Amino acid sequence: MDEPYTLTLKVNGEEHQLRPNTRTTVLDALREQIGLTGTKKGCDHGQCGACTVHLDGERVLSCLLLVEGIAGHEVATIESIAAPNGDLHPMQQAFIDHDAFQCGYCTPGQIMSAIACVREGHARTRMEIQEYMSGNLCRCAAYPNIIAAIEQARRHHRHL
Amino acid sequence: MSVIGSPVSRVDGPAKVNGEAHYAGEFAPKDLLYAATADSTCPAGTIVTLDTRDAARAPGVLLVLTHLNADRLPYQEPAERVAVDPVAGAQLRVLDGPAILFSGQPIALVVARTQAQAEYGASLVPAPYDADPPAKLRFDPALAQPTSEAAAKKKRGPETRKGDAEGAFARAPVTLDERYRLSREQHHPMEPHATVAEWTGDRLTLWSKTQWVGNERDEIARRFGLPPANVRVINPYVGGAFGSSLRTWPHVTLAAMAARRARRPVRLELTRRQLFTFVGHRGQSEQHVRLGADPNGRLLATICEATGQTSTYEEFAEPLLGPAGATYACDDRLTRYKLVPMNVNTPCPMRGPGWATGLVAQEMAMDELAERLGMDPIELRLRNYAERDPMKDLPWSSKALRECYAQGAERFGWSKRPLKPRARRDGRDLVGLGMATAIYDSGRYPTSASVALLPDGTALVRCATADMGPGTYTSMTQVAADALGLPLARVRFELGDSTFPPAKEHGGSTTMASVGPAIQEACGAVKAKLAGVADGAPITDFAAVLRRAGLDRIEAEASAKPDDAMKTHSINGFGAVFAEVRVDVDLCTIRATRIVGAYDAGRIVNPKLAHSQCIGGMVQGIGMALFEDVEWDEHLGRVSNGTIAEYIVPVNADIHDLDAIFVDTREPLLNPLGVKGVAELGLCGVAPAIANAVWHATGKRVRNLPITPDRLLTA
Repeated sequence: MDEPYTLTLKVNGEEHQLRPNTRTTVLDALREQIGLTGTKKGCDHGQCGACTVHLDGERVLSCLLLVEGIAGHEVATIESIAAPNGDLHPMQQAFIDHDAFQCGYCTPGQIMSAIACVREGHARTRMEIQEYMSGNLCRCAAYPNIIAAIEQARRHHRHL
Repeated sequence: MSVIGSPVSRVDGPAKVNGEAHYAGEFAPKDLLYAATADSTCPAGTIVTLDTRDAARAPGVLLVLTHLNADRLPYQEPAERVAVDPVAGAQLRVLDGPAILFSGQPIALVVARTQAQAEYGASLVPAPYDADPPAKLRFDPALAQPTSEAAAKKKRGPETRKGDAEGAFARAPVTLDERYRLSREQHHPMEPHATVAEWTGDRLTLWSKTQWVGNERDEIARRFGLPPANVRVINPYVGGAFGSSLRTWPHVTLAAMAARRARRPVRLELTRRQLFTFVGHRGQSEQHVRLGADPNGRLLATICEATGQTSTYEEFAEPLLGPAGATYACDDRLTRYKLVPMNVNTPCPMRGPGWATGLVAQEMAMDELAERLGMDPIELRLRNYAERDPMKDLPWSSKALRECYAQGAERFGWSKRPLKPRARRDGRDLVGLGMATAIYDSGRYPTSASVALLPDGTALVRCATADMGPGTYTSMTQVAADALGLPLARVRFELGDSTFPPAKEHGGSTTMASVGPAIQEACGAVKAKLAGVADGAPITDFAAVLRRAGLDRIEAEASAKPDDAMKTHSINGFGAVFAEVRVDVDLCTIRATRIVGAYDAGRIVNPKLAHSQCIGGMVQGIGMALFEDVEWDEHLGRVSNGTIAEYIVPVNADIHDLDAIFVDTREPLLNPLGVKGVAELGLCGVAPAIANAVWHATGKRVRNLPITPDRLLTA
């Protein structure tokens, strides 16, 4: 069950050679093997949304995704969202402007979800944002500020 | 405008939105190993045998520790119990013997090369138990015992009396006699608790989730018999805690034990399910409230008898009766506090400990009394306004509760509320409005801080405090910038390292009142030192001064501590919380559609962050009122909804219009900043305001929180 074979995982435009076992999730591969800890483990059961990443541009829960299953696909994490020169993405800036977090632990997942939510066309109304952001728990409970941040950032949706 | 009082955005914001903020479990020293535990499946008894052979042979497993092979640790007694510990009893000693005290107690620790291997190994440890003595699994107030002398010393029961409350109650023309229950709640911060332990000789470094690095150092030093100087605890970012990281829990000990035996760094990260059994909870409670009043609404008797839960091995008593003692003027009052010892893990403080719980019963009871009197609920509260702290018989240092009622009512539109329940219907929804008073005990601790003026023109400020989310990084940067006369961008504040100047717990809404003044003192001291070498140059030019004087820094450390104001005065934060609910007339589903809180929290250092804290408290209050319920199987002695999906917490779609306002006040005595603390206050009063609104919408009283649709249907 712990056979040493390698697998290539493309994350944030870079290819990583991994030695996963059959149960290694994308979340654990990111955090433990690649060293990208921006993606958070909140429950490991697909219940909290803290581990949200983009797979080929769509939001997925990386704790429910096995590395085995995603050869040929591309993963994007929170570490790839800001511009290479360090400029924040409009959604990141909106989260700061509207104080859309306190402890910050759910924040990478919220931002990945929020960007996808706008891209999917699910951020047209406040109610729609609430519905499509309800898979991302925030225990500090910045929910109203998260909505305000998405309402600000959706104006930039062409760049999202 | 001074930078104190400005709505500054979080200085740690960029790190958090970029995924660059590192939480405890994300520190990975070289050669890190991973640990997982096997936990008891029996609530009480003795382990008969423990077969670890399969676990030890599992792939990647390097070490299996149980009570049969683990080191016996000295567990030195502290000179004095810290406030975050239970009032009495003996802490759980992990892997110290075969006795089982609760289901979920760790019985084996497996260390492996990967997290998955450790978890798989831990799943292979079977343990037959001898289930004797029979477990205590029922929360039955009839089984409760009065709190101990140790609790009494901290004014946590077993009884306080003033006048003749029982006689006054018997004679009162208007009375109320009801019992209110609140379910057990879990903190469930988004970051699960984790510790990374690394030994270098007899020195130990812990990257560990904690609200108090200094206590974690001292506690682990005592458990392992080390000088405190040999232990360093680091935790720059805390992913929420709400009280669950005040104590040093057994998993911290386990990580350090494993790392010592493995001779390599070890990480132990709890699973979401383990957060139900490893790190405390707000225990369930029942409060029996009797109120007597005259026909004008003046309280003649206040009696509150509370029953809480604790474990069989520790006595956790909290200030549950604070509100019953301090909120309203009444000459004849009686409070009693009992605990039911059960085979559960020990409860611990959870946001607004005691006070938020006590307010649930008291403020629901006051609403019922107002109904019986045919009186507006705010009017009833104003008629019993306490001009002094009635229990301690001390003057308030500051109290603007009247302004909270007035400004909150105005913002909320309370004056349009019909007195009678079930008076407004909108489509399928019954609409109701309710309110409650909020009160929380303010505090302050001795604290130290250091400031270093550096050649790059920045000031580095340090204190061993924490930031679990309220914004310590930001608010302390504001305090230091203000005290030094520097722009914010030239001040950097660091926290979360036990080698920094000492602070007490980051809890109980004490951080601003405690750490702020220490930073002001340290800034004053460093400015005085600078003046000694500056030759009249302005502070903003200190980099040039350092260069001219050939210095690589000018540094000062200072302390600040409370004076006797807390003895001569009662110092509390106050608030008035207003809630609107909509209840589906057929399905009995409840939505909290609007909440307004008006708060007297003293001066507000950062209104943007304080607002966030208060709306966060409102959401947690919605959870307390409508959702959060640890379902306890009293036959198996286990939590039966032990996941974050089945233990229901509010999600984005549950939350509607929330607003917090701060009345313009400044606390004159507690600290020079004029603050009283925000965090706990933001939760206080929210759940009873919602419960009262549910009654106003439906005409039904549900005295058992959370108010779930089934409870409302059958009320």
